[in-house]
Amino acid sequence: MDIRSQISMVFHLDKCIGCHTCSIACKNTWTDRKGAEYMWWNNVETKPGTGYPGKWEDQEAYKGGWEKNGDSLKLKGVGKVKGLKKMFHNTHMPTMDNYYEPWTYQYEKLFDSPEGDDQPTAEPVSLVTGEKMTPKAGPNWDDDLGGSPEYARNDVNLKDLSPAERETMFQLERMVMFYLPRICNHCLNPACVAACPSGAIYKRGEDGIVLVNQERCRAWRMCVTACPYKKVYFNWHTGKSEKCILCYPRLETGQAPACMHSCVGRIRYLGVMLYDADRLKEVASCDEKDLVKKQLDLYLDPNDPEVIAAAKTCGIPDSTIEAAQKSPVWKYVKEWGVALPLHPEFRTLPSLFYVMPLLPAMAQINDDNNYHNVGSALWDDMDNPRLPLKYLASLFSAGDTTIIGNILKKLMSVRQYRRAVTVGDISWDDVDKIMLESGLTPDVAEDIYRLTSLARLEERFVIPPAHREEAIEMMEETHIHKGSTGFGFMKKPKRGL
Amino acid sequence: MSWIKDMISPKARKWEEFYRNRWQHDKVVRSTHGVNCTGGCSWNIHVKDGIVVWESQALDYPLLENSLPHYEPRGCQRGISFSWYLYSPVRVKYPMIRGALIDIFREEKEKTGDALLAWQNIQQDPQKRKRYQKARGKGGFRRISWDEALEIIGAANIYTAKKYGPDRVVGFSPIPAMSMMSFAAGSRFLQLFGGVNLSFYDWYCDLPNSFPETWGEQTDVCESADWYNSKFIAVMGANLGMTRTPDVHFFSESRHNGTKTVVFSPDFNMVAKYADQWVPVHAGQDGSFWMAVTHVILKEAHFEQKVPYFIEYTKKYTDAPFLVELNREGENYVPGKLLRANILEKYETAENGDWKFLNIDEKSGEFVCPSGSSGHRWQEKKGKWNIRFRDGETGDEYNPLLSLIEQNDEILQVDITRFDKNEKIKRGVPVRYVTTAAGKVAFTTVYDLMMAQYGVSRGLEGDYPADYEDSGSVYTPAWQEIYSGISAGTVIRFAREWYRTAQATNGKCMVIIGAGINHWYHSNLIYRSATMSLILTGCIGVNGGGMNHYVGQEKLAPVDSWGTIMSGKDWKIPARFQQAPIWHYIHSDQWRYDGNQADYNAVPKNEFSSQHSADLIAKSVRNGWMPFFPQYNKNPFDIVKEAKKAGASGSKEIQQYIIEKLKSGDLKYSVNHPDEEVNFPRVWYIWRGNALMSSAKGHEYFLKHYLGTHHNEIADEVAKEFVKEIEWKEDAPEGKMDLVVDLNFRMDTSALYSDIVLPAASWYEKADLNSTDMHSFIHPLSAAIPPVWESKPDWVIFREIARVTSELAKVHLPEPQLDVVNLPIAHDSKGEISQREIKDWFAGECEPEPGKTMHNMVTVERDYTKLYDRFISLGDNVKNGVGAHGTSFQCDDFYEGLLSDKKHTHTVDGKSYPSIKEDVEAIDALLQLSSLTNGKLSERAFVSAEQNTGVDLSNLRPKNNESSVRYKDLLSQPRRLLNSPIWSGLMDNGRAYSAFTLNVEYLVPWRTLTGRQHFYLDHEGYIHFGENLPTYKPSPRPELYGDLRKSVNEGRAKLLNVLTPHGKWHIHSTYGDTLRMLTLSRGMEPCWLSEKDAKELGIKDNDWVEVLNDNGVYCTRACVSSRIPSGICIVYHSPERTYSVPKSPSRGNRRAGGHNSLTRVHLKPNLLVGGYGQFTFHMNYWGPVGVNRDTFVFVQKMNQVNF
Repeated sequence: MDIRSQISMVFHLDKCIGCHTCSIACKNTWTDRKGAEYMWWNNVETKPGTGYPGKWEDQEAYKGGWEKNGDSLKLKGVGKVKGLKKMFHNTHMPTMDNYYEPWTYQYEKLFDSPEGDDQPTAEPVSLVTGEKMTPKAGPNWDDDLGGSPEYARNDVNLKDLSPAERETMFQLERMVMFYLPRICNHCLNPACVAACPSGAIYKRGEDGIVLVNQERCRAWRMCVTACPYKKVYFNWHTGKSEKCILCYPRLETGQAPACMHSCVGRIRYLGVMLYDADRLKEVASCDEKDLVKKQLDLYLDPNDPEVIAAAKTCGIPDSTIEAAQKSPVWKYVKEWGVALPLHPEFRTLPSLFYVMPLLPAMAQINDDNNYHNVGSALWDDMDNPRLPLKYLASLFSAGDTTIIGNILKKLMSVRQYRRAVTVGDISWDDVDKIMLESGLTPDVAEDIYRLTSLARLEERFVIPPAHREEAIEMMEETHIHKGSTGFGFMKKPKRGL
Repeated sequence: MSWIKDMISPKARKWEEFYRNRWQHDKVVRSTHGVNCTGGCSWNIHVKDGIVVWESQALDYPLLENSLPHYEPRGCQRGISFSWYLYSPVRVKYPMIRGALIDIFREEKEKTGDALLAWQNIQQDPQKRKRYQKARGKGGFRRISWDEALEIIGAANIYTAKKYGPDRVVGFSPIPAMSMMSFAAGSRFLQLFGGVNLSFYDWYCDLPNSFPETWGEQTDVCESADWYNSKFIAVMGANLGMTRTPDVHFFSESRHNGTKTVVFSPDFNMVAKYADQWVPVHAGQDGSFWMAVTHVILKEAHFEQKVPYFIEYTKKYTDAPFLVELNREGENYVPGKLLRANILEKYETAENGDWKFLNIDEKSGEFVCPSGSSGHRWQEKKGKWNIRFRDGETGDEYNPLLSLIEQNDEILQVDITRFDKNEKIKRGVPVRYVTTAAGKVAFTTVYDLMMAQYGVSRGLEGDYPADYEDSGSVYTPAWQEIYSGISAGTVIRFAREWYRTAQATNGKCMVIIGAGINHWYHSNLIYRSATMSLILTGCIGVNGGGMNHYVGQEKLAPVDSWGTIMSGKDWKIPARFQQAPIWHYIHSDQWRYDGNQADYNAVPKNEFSSQHSADLIAKSVRNGWMPFFPQYNKNPFDIVKEAKKAGASGSKEIQQYIIEKLKSGDLKYSVNHPDEEVNFPRVWYIWRGNALMSSAKGHEYFLKHYLGTHHNEIADEVAKEFVKEIEWKEDAPEGKMDLVVDLNFRMDTSALYSDIVLPAASWYEKADLNSTDMHSFIHPLSAAIPPVWESKPDWVIFREIARVTSELAKVHLPEPQLDVVNLPIAHDSKGEISQREIKDWFAGECEPEPGKTMHNMVTVERDYTKLYDRFISLGDNVKNGVGAHGTSFQCDDFYEGLLSDKKHTHTVDGKSYPSIKEDVEAIDALLQLSSLTNGKLSERAFVSAEQNTGVDLSNLRPKNNESSVRYKDLLSQPRRLLNSPIWSGLMDNGRAYSAFTLNVEYLVPWRTLTGRQHFYLDHEGYIHFGENLPTYKPSPRPELYGDLRKSVNEGRAKLLNVLTPHGKWHIHSTYGDTLRMLTLSRGMEPCWLSEKDAKELGIKDNDWVEVLNDNGVYCTRACVSSRIPSGICIVYHSPERTYSVPKSPSRGNRRAGGHNSLTRVHLKPNLLVGGYGQFTFHMNYWGPVGVNRDTFVFVQKMNQVNF
């Protein structure tokens, strides 16, 4: 066993508000500067919708991620070899049309317009050309299903639905939407790392964070194409690729990443996962139908004495093992099995997991033109979800609807269980039945409820100490570093080496 | 897998410093956003290099009970974008003035050598005045010095006070809680000056009138943590994900704790996504749904099952067992007023016997006079104001009889009006008779009347429904289908889930409600209809229950001491607080465009209900129901001078003089002659708000009549044929305002249209305090960096305005002036029991008695040379105590304590006062004098409340009564507020605040007529307007509402109801102009259209559209979505004209406006009544609200776009 540790995240989609506070926390800290205007290391998408960049999930067009190649794997688009041929013409790169043309406004007109016969107003101007423009796209253009004819109906994940099933989703009374926050997946099998001709992208040993070395990046942009999540961006000002860094400067000082810190829906959980790197290739190249299960099997039980012993042998510090034992991600993903990776079929083995959203019960408009309930009481209608299982399966389980259905049932069981405890208007027989069906015990239901509803930051965010002193010690004496850190010339981001 | 090798080489990873360097910062300071969102989120502001670089949420709120989720983090996408403003190109850095004005001013100043004379010359020259008024909003700003700006402002103040009176100087600033000292700065200046504060909560249409109607309370709701205690949450008109962003986690966490949730909303919105059920009720028709829910509850849970918890609750805490007389109208019986105790011989001599009421004791069948009524509250003998089951006069215990169904003399058929069809039906009601001096009176209980109103027959004869399917009979589940579009089955299932949950949990069902309901014309009725379902199931005053209204409701927790500082009460002056909706309706001449309300309001036909709203306003002002400023068509200084000259001495004689002059017609109320020059408002201060755009209902009328600049309104003036009391002048004046001053950190629409813009310090640049009712903490704003460029905190700006005004007064108005201030009859005063009937002294129906049959008049001395000294010193009237909501307490020792710190005192006329010159001094004074933040004062407040009520509240006093927080304490951590009887929720031991738990658990009365929660509103005006019982009234029809008389559909437009709910990318207009929010949205505020309507109009997503009616036009781009139903369009509140708004082809290619270009105020006149129990004026508590939701528009594609 080659045991490694990975910082992972769970997003509880049922709790996500779609507020985008996370996106701005990230932007303010990292990408609020020239060349990075269009970078949204963290973004939130309304689903169904086309997302950002537009239709990013469509790998027929973008050629991101991996594909199975016999028993092995190959990059779908550019690789080191393929990339050399396409070095100067990378045809699958998203263009500005796929992103958007960043803009600002002529705010100064409000102050310096001379007196005229009508009121001045600030017109939008392009941040690229400086010319006046009418924005036609943005990083969140289809928020809350804006413009669904053009956006929601073009969601790539509708592919398995019949035309009738699709259209149903866009009738007002059967309407549905939910939010999907996205950052870099810090994959176990990152395509960006594999695609980089300069070897500038790497996965940190201590926490699995994937980084683009800003000194070594040579602007090949193969990573942009290779990342199926389109989470590597090219900074046009510095000529380097940049991506989510999981706020390592914050993690290293024991603080949650900015996106998580600011998550006002309290949907994010961060923790350590131990996995067996020896099995990566086998898992990443297995049959599509086995992908989810195999990926989940990769993660090792941090409470298992054998795993602990092996982890120690592999140099994993005790503090990391302890953190893994308290990891909220472990609980959601492995213990309770209610969180899944996004688009496992991209085969990058992403380290972020999503708890499925529950959505309002179905209803229908009858011939009398009135709205009617389906079912005789609230919660009776669990088998008729508003969001087709096929749709969620396309996003989270490479098409397996059974696993999605089970998760939804588990989440509902927890609610029924807590209803029985707190109100008592559901019979215990009914609760026991549904718990049995979904494979929950009262203890587990109680645990799921507590972590979902009551957990404070220190339970949602559990990471090992970074031991920066040990890293620094490798370069200079720590007591010297203490007195001299920060001295030197600030290095401004700019083009060139 | 060679590519995923570990990178452990430390040298190769040295570059990682690149991002570490970005993260490193120099300091972190706690502040918040003083924005009108009620979030009250504590933030850490990060400073690097002397520059604010970003903000992140503070996570250190004190914990509540362990069983509740924690308050962390709080803050949203808008708040976290704020730092953009600090250094942005939209930041106001220096004082600005329009060139057209400064040129004239400098010229006149040069000529006269005096600022005041210069100002006078400009104002007295119509051409000069017109010159700069016409230029308003049209560019031409110039930077000037602070000194010059202040000089002009000071001159305008003194000129106006001298020529017209100080009540022509007004100020508007909304929602103090968000930055309470910044609000207090301006209001303190205005009140010391004799100027006028405009209200905001009612103007914004956020005041839920049903709260005072039902509970005698402005608004009192649970903090968001208490949502978690609920087991059934119904959300309507409130988009929690959108507008309660920092709180909504409690909602989702509650769901995972087994709570059921239902969302009512016409569109599938952010919160609908969360619900167990989304009910797409037709826009504005929620009332019909809830009427039917109550029908089911009354029938099943009350009549059939008699659920003990519900019946006991209804007896104990509501007016249901109170007796109502049935009046004979011809052959018919109609419900009238509550039976008064003094009609019986037994209670004939009771003090305030007109204001004490009757129940029947279940056991003896005899009349009893329950304690706790307003008569008991205001009587000499204290201690009877509680809601124990005790006769307030005899002290006998009783158990009230809820219904006469089994003990009656007769069943009478009573008229019930159904307003949906405007017809009367008859339903049987059990009655008894009592013989009084006036003869034999039939009476019944409120409970019996409700059963009849809701159509629960109980076997009685009359026009009762056969069953739930009877769609022809009002308030059945089948009846409501036509209005709500929701099936009867849905109503029945909902009602059963509701009352069964309440039954199982003793009242843990709650309604969360907001602007989506409160902004309709008949919002008070929709609220009452839902409130019925809550009260009848015992869900009020219970943790996890409640009618939780969240819109603009920000709770200023330490309102006791704050109220003193902001109103100048420490100097013992009466305050001029103006009910803004009637003020704007009259002054911005929107009344001239309004037809008779009776034509679009569903009212019974009678003399009272058939009047024009403007006429009813005039009546309400002279009767002391509502305030109106200016008061008279004469300077109040001159009135007092003349009175004195005529021999009047003392305030009584001055009052008499004024009454005589009013009677003779020598003196006139300004409200009756709003278009006379002498009655114009003249100087307008705007701070902390966007008074001319997002707050300006009838924005285009503001531009026309207040500012005298260009506007896009084309409406007909139709009021002439209706108004009788208000003087009609043929030509309405344009440009009433001499000077508009805006304090702002950003160039918003109000700033753009103002004459002078003063650069205000932003929320990261000043000290202040913040509280809200979304949580129960108080926390600070503080300066992460000093105010940038030349900006100053509001406290300093108004202090400076006070200084220059005092200096100019030394030359131009050195003598103290006697002012007379008209005060309406006040809530929480004995005035609440002053007007049993509507009588008009002016019409000779009664004697004019100030403070009783008419408004009060108080004389007060204004020495403008001392204005500044008083502004910066805390006056010693504080020694007489502070308080709020009818509870007051002594705090002279703490006043002395402030005084003992010699470093922080001022001497005025040889006497020493605590200094509040600096903002932090004022904040510390506030904290030490409030019962919410000073444990000793909390204790005293409870002692005082015990004396008033006769109830033992001793275990509610804070355990650690030593604590008094200071500003510096709050910088280190937000503090939880203390229990105080000035509020109604209990918060001990980490318990979540839930409104009225004090009332329910300790039998403290509500501040209403009977002391109970009111189903029945027996005010004559309510009977005249048909709102004495909860009822359903249809929305005003667009053709009668009158917003589309002139606009014609040339075949390419569609008539749609425009909804303006609060949006995702702004808090009102704030943040909406930031690049961050504009980038994450559509780059502007779009108009959301349904796919069907868009298709019919040939409009595609992102096409330009015009949205217009007679009031004005908004030009924007379309956002086409299947989540919007056909027939409505949504323009989220609130766009600005300052960015991305093109010119309108339909209005002569002039710059289009914002969403408020489409609105004009329509007032609901029964909300004007006063001097009667809970129907008594208090600023932001009572009065008509500025409704806007019933607005209809044409939407059409815009083929030509021109900026």
